[in-house]
Amino acid sequence: MKLHTSANNHAPPQFQSWGGYPRLNADLVALNWAGDFPLRHSPENSMLPVGMGRSYGDSCLLDGGTLLGARGLDRLIHFNPETGLLRCEAGVSLAEILDFAVPRGWFLPVTPGTKFVTVGGAIANDIHGKNHHVAGTFGCHVPRFELVRSDATRMVCSPSENPEWFHATIGGLGLTGLIPWAEVQLRPIVSRKMDYRATKFRDLKEFLDLSQASSGVEYTVAWIDCVSSGRNFTRGIFMQGHHASQPESLTPSPEPRLSVPVMMPAALLNHYTVAAFNSLYYHRQLTREKTASLDFEPFFYPLDSILHWNRIYGRDGLLQFQCVLPTMEDTRGITRILRAITDSGLASFLAVIKVFGNLPSPGMMSFPRPGITLALDFPVRREVTFALLDKLAATTLDYGGSMYPAKDARMTAAQFQAFYPQWQQFSNYIDPAFNSAFWQRVTNHE
Amino acid sequence: MNNSESFPQSTLVLGATSAIAMAVMRRMAPQRTRFFLVARSHAKLEAVRQDLLTRGAASVEILVADLDDTAFHPTILDKATRALGNIQLALIAHGVLGDQQQAQDDYSAAEAILRTNFLSAVSLITILANSFEAQRAGTLAVISSVAGDRGRKSNYVYGASKGALNIFLDGVRNRIDRSGVQVLTIRPGFVATPMTAHLPQGRLFATPDVVANGIVRAIQKRSDNVYVPGFWAFIMFVIRSIPEAIFKKMNL
Repeated sequence: MKLHTSANNHAPPQFQSWGGYPRLNADLVALNWAGDFPLRHSPENSMLPVGMGRSYGDSCLLDGGTLLGARGLDRLIHFNPETGLLRCEAGVSLAEILDFAVPRGWFLPVTPGTKFVTVGGAIANDIHGKNHHVAGTFGCHVPRFELVRSDATRMVCSPSENPEWFHATIGGLGLTGLIPWAEVQLRPIVSRKMDYRATKFRDLKEFLDLSQASSGVEYTVAWIDCVSSGRNFTRGIFMQGHHASQPESLTPSPEPRLSVPVMMPAALLNHYTVAAFNSLYYHRQLTREKTASLDFEPFFYPLDSILHWNRIYGRDGLLQFQCVLPTMEDTRGITRILRAITDSGLASFLAVIKVFGNLPSPGMMSFPRPGITLALDFPVRREVTFALLDKLAATTLDYGGSMYPAKDARMTAAQFQAFYPQWQQFSNYIDPAFNSAFWQRVTNHE
Repeated sequence: MNNSESFPQSTLVLGATSAIAMAVMRRMAPQRTRFFLVARSHAKLEAVRQDLLTRGAASVEILVADLDDTAFHPTILDKATRALGNIQLALIAHGVLGDQQQAQDDYSAAEAILRTNFLSAVSLITILANSFEAQRAGTLAVISSVAGDRGRKSNYVYGASKGALNIFLDGVRNRIDRSGVQVLTIRPGFVATPMTAHLPQGRLFATPDVVANGIVRAIQKRSDNVYVPGFWAFIMFVIRSIPEAIFKKMNL
């Protein structure tokens, strides 16, 4: 029995993105049932559906207006144990899908580095994972979903039904309407285990050689040192893995135990601690190559075992940067970006680099495309961090790359419109009552 | 749930679309449980039904009813018995929080809270307790609240409805204990709805999942009373221990 959720807070609760920057106020209305939407709204009041708020920047925020908290739409609707096709409400989290599917011998077709995102959020950002080079984006595995507009129009969308709405909504940043339910095509597994291999590389060239040599391996990703310069510049560890083929018991995952209970002082995360971490991480593995049999949890979600890890960045929060640069042969662009990051001394230990494959995304506005993608966090040190991010965005643009809206709070309208020249065509599909802080920023509204 | 053998396989849930009831049922569904669900909204019941069937429930029948209508209660039990055979677990989960201000200004608002939280529960418990006593088996689990442990100015009408319910359940338990029927009074503390789970909240808030775990454990252990989460037993012990001379001046 719910007693009261706001016994002593009169101010509206603030919904924060995972990065904690920026902080914007909007009302949060909980949707607990598919029938709760559409709701009555005043025309000047914008809406935006949100899931678990794991987008880093402002794509899941509104400045004023009403956030539609869709996490309560968390019911399963149907599962076909023969084909692995799951239909569920869009607020179901990937963690909940794993809890349900793994004991039945099924796994997510694509997963990001956290399982604490909703199906709706995975579609809206057309998320990608370590298997992008062989499986494409999440949207490639969503055969159908329903879209409800603020005027109560309902559409079932698939490549053959309302296809233009299907393509606009995948990667559509939640702006095309609310997704009450979706279908996800799961993939079979026979074990929780992953056959894992970690290989040290000394520089970018070795990373690219490893990527090429492992293009047939299902999951590949690399940690890259963005702190060390000189002969350690762009060293890292290349990780590859695939689901074990030896059948083993498919038990559900344990609950996460660790949590960062309070905000840490941001000063704890400085150049020295981060450099020490990177050095330790690199040298922890003594041999050039290491193989192991690993549970899928630490393989896919190393940070999910520590709840609220974003608190190590302190109250000012963190900013993510993720770009993709199209060329594999010419590494000048990615080298310039990595050099700028290293020189700034601002990098954190969570730097990840991967080669995207060339499977086309179904989404009109999807971020992933063939090339090299780099993602990392920066603590928000105001102007210093902003100046670096602005420089990285400019370099990305110079080299014909693109940036990921789900991880951005800084790109300019001009940059966004150059990265996504199809944005005007996309805007025809935006629900007139919907908006986001991100969209406002990158389209120069008002 | 480790102990699927001893866990109830046929379950009647009244107020089946409440967040706590849904979380409890999700834990039971994989044990091939058979459900009979009662709530006011057909659309919501249908969504819950599909969820439970997908998660492994052997069967789920639904019935739309307003539980304030006590005259209909015998019919509910008839239909549930026809669907389930012997009912092994009945979970009473419906209730309203109401508005304290309105309830203290206007008796009819207070009466509505008492009717839903207390009188309709009394009617259901009477029928179910007699049926369980006759079959000499069954678990009657009723969701009450920590608010029923002591009246506070911020929600004493709701608190009174739950406090009366607690005393009624004590009496029923005492009456039918010898017939092997479990009567479980469940006192949840603050429970965050799914929607507010990611918001900064007081440390006292628990998720429906945590609360449901406590309820399932209490059913398996055949407890009489349970506070969920457990730390509320301590908080309410302290609250009940404060002398009235002091308590009446407190801002609670």
